[in-house]
Amino acid sequence: MGGNTGYFEFSTVDWNQMWSATWETIWMTVVSIVAVAVLGYFIGLLLFETSGSHNLIVRIINWIVALFVNVFRSIPFIILIVLLLPFTKQVVGTIIGPVAALPSLIVSAAPFYGRMVELAFHEIDRGVLEASDAMGASQWQIITKVLLPESLPALISGITVTTISLIGYTAMAGAIGAGGLGNLAYQEGFESSNNTVTLVATVIIVLIVFAFQFIGDFATRKVDKRVL
Amino acid sequence: MIEFKDVSKTFTTEKGTVKAIEDVNMQIEDGEIFGIVGYSGAGKTTLIRMLNGLETPTTGEVEVNGTKISKLDRGALRKKRHKIGMIFQHFNLLWSRTVRKNIEFPLEIAKISKADRKKKADELIKLVGLEGKEDAYPSELSGGQKQRVGVARALANDPEILLSDEATSALDPQTTDEVLDLLMDINKRLGITIILITHEMHVIRKICDHVAVLDGGKIIESGQVLDVFKHPQQPITKRFVYSEAAPSPEDTNVVVEQLLKEYPNGRIIQLTFHGNQANLPIVSEIIHKFPKLRISIIEGNIHQTQEGAIGSLFLQLIGDEQDIKGALDYLKTMRVETEVIEHGR
Repeated sequence: MGGNTGYFEFSTVDWNQMWSATWETIWMTVVSIVAVAVLGYFIGLLLFETSGSHNLIVRIINWIVALFVNVFRSIPFIILIVLLLPFTKQVVGTIIGPVAALPSLIVSAAPFYGRMVELAFHEIDRGVLEASDAMGASQWQIITKVLLPESLPALISGITVTTISLIGYTAMAGAIGAGGLGNLAYQEGFESSNNTVTLVATVIIVLIVFAFQFIGDFATRKVDKRVL
Repeated sequence: MIEFKDVSKTFTTEKGTVKAIEDVNMQIEDGEIFGIVGYSGAGKTTLIRMLNGLETPTTGEVEVNGTKISKLDRGALRKKRHKIGMIFQHFNLLWSRTVRKNIEFPLEIAKISKADRKKKADELIKLVGLEGKEDAYPSELSGGQKQRVGVARALANDPEILLSDEATSALDPQTTDEVLDLLMDINKRLGITIILITHEMHVIRKICDHVAVLDGGKIIESGQVLDVFKHPQQPITKRFVYSEAAPSPEDTNVVVEQLLKEYPNGRIIQLTFHGNQANLPIVSEIIHKFPKLRISIIEGNIHQTQEGAIGSLFLQLIGDEQDIKGALDYLKTMRVETEVIEHGR
C-alpha cells in the first residue's frame, strides 16, 4: 500500500474535485428533499385521512398505504439501491452519477417523512378541526387552511430530520457510484488510501448537516406562534 | 324557531348500546337565550351538536327555522353551518393565525371577498372589545380575550343562532361574568338566539330566559328561569339551584335544627322574595307591627337574574302564638312566600 496515509497532507487534495463532489452532494440532497417533501405530504395526508374510519374500503386503503410505508422504511438503504437498479435504469437511463441516486433516495425517505407528516396532523388539536367542521369548512379547506398551517412547525422539523438522514444516504449512494462526497471519500480516501481526502470530505458533510439543522431550527421557531 | 321533535340518540359501543338522548321534545323561540344545564354525561354536548349536524339523531327531527338539519346533504349542511355560530370551552382558535385572521377564518370558508372580510373583522373586533389586539396571536391573549375572539369568529357570518358549548367553564369567575355580559349584550343588540349548555347554574341564572334540566339524556324539568329557581321540582334541579346559594342549604339545615332545639317555642320561617318584593322593608315592618315579637335572622341571600332579583331569608320568630300568627298573616298580605320550617325537614 502506498498513498498518503497522513490526515493533514492538504497538498494532496484536489480541491476542484472536492468542490464538485460537494455540489453533487448538495444537489442530490436538495432535489430529493423537494420530492420527498411533496410525496411525504401526500402519503401522510392519505394515512391521516383514512385512519379511524368505519368504511371498509377506506380501511383497506389505509392498510395498503401503511403496509407500503412500513415495507420501504424497513429495507436498509444499501439494499434498496441494489433492489431499485432496474427501476432506476428505466427511469433515468443510467445507474451511475448523482441523477441515478435520486430514485432510491426519494423512495427510501418519502415513506419515512410520510409517517412524520401523519404524526404532525394527529397532533393538531381536535377541537380546532371540529370548530372548522362546525363552521362549514369543506375537506379541502380543512387541509389547506387548518392541517397545513397548524402543523407547520412539526412538518418543518420533520423535513429537517429527514434531510439529515438523506445526507447520510447520499454518502452511502456515493460509495456505489452516485458521485458526491461519499463517492470521493470512498474512491480517493479508501481505495487510494488518502486519509486527508476522507477527513476533508467528513468535515464538509458535517458542515452541510449543521447548516441544514440550523436552517430547519430557525424556520421551525419562526413559524411557531404557540409560545411567544 | 328551533324545535326538537321526539329526538333520541343511541351510541353503539363494544359494550352494547348507550342511550345518550331519550325522547327530547323542546322549542326554542327566536331571540331568546336558552340554557341547558346538566352534569357531565347528561347528554348536553350531544344535544347541542345536533343543531349544527355534528351529531345526527337516531330517531326524531331537529329543525332550525324550518330546516330539518338531518335531512340536509353535505353541501347544504355546510351552507347551513355558515349561519350557525359556535363557541367552545377551549376556544378552539387557530394558533397559527392572528386575532384578525381567526375572525376572518369563517368568512374565508364562506368565500367572502378580501375587502368585505376586512370590514367585517373590523366591526367584530370593535363589538367584542378587542381593539389594539388585532395582530396578536392567541398565545398572547388571556382566556377571556381568547373567548372574545371565539365569539367574534362565531358571529362573522351573521348567524341565525349561536351555540355555546360550556363557553365559560374554563374561565375564572370574573372573566366568566365578562363573557356572559358580552353574550347578553350581543343577544340584545343583534337579536340572535343563543343556546348554551353548562353545568354552572350561575350561567343560567345570569343570562338565560328559559332553562331545561337534562339528566340521563332526558329533559326532567324546563321553564322560565325565575320559575325554576323559585320552585325547583326535581331533586337534581334542586341540587343545581341550591348549589348556587351560599352557604349551602345543608349548612342552613344544621343551624335550623340547632335553633329548633334551643328555642322549642319559637317558629322558624323561610321567606322567598322575587322581583320588587326584595326591595321592601318587610322585616322592619313586622317589628314595627308586633313590638313584642323577637326576630332573629338566621341566614339570607339574594341573587340577580335576567327577570329580577330572587332572595330567601330564614327568620326565627319568638313570642306568643297570636303575634306569630299575625306576622304570618301579614306576610301573606305582602305576597311573600312563607314556609314554616319544622323538625325533620
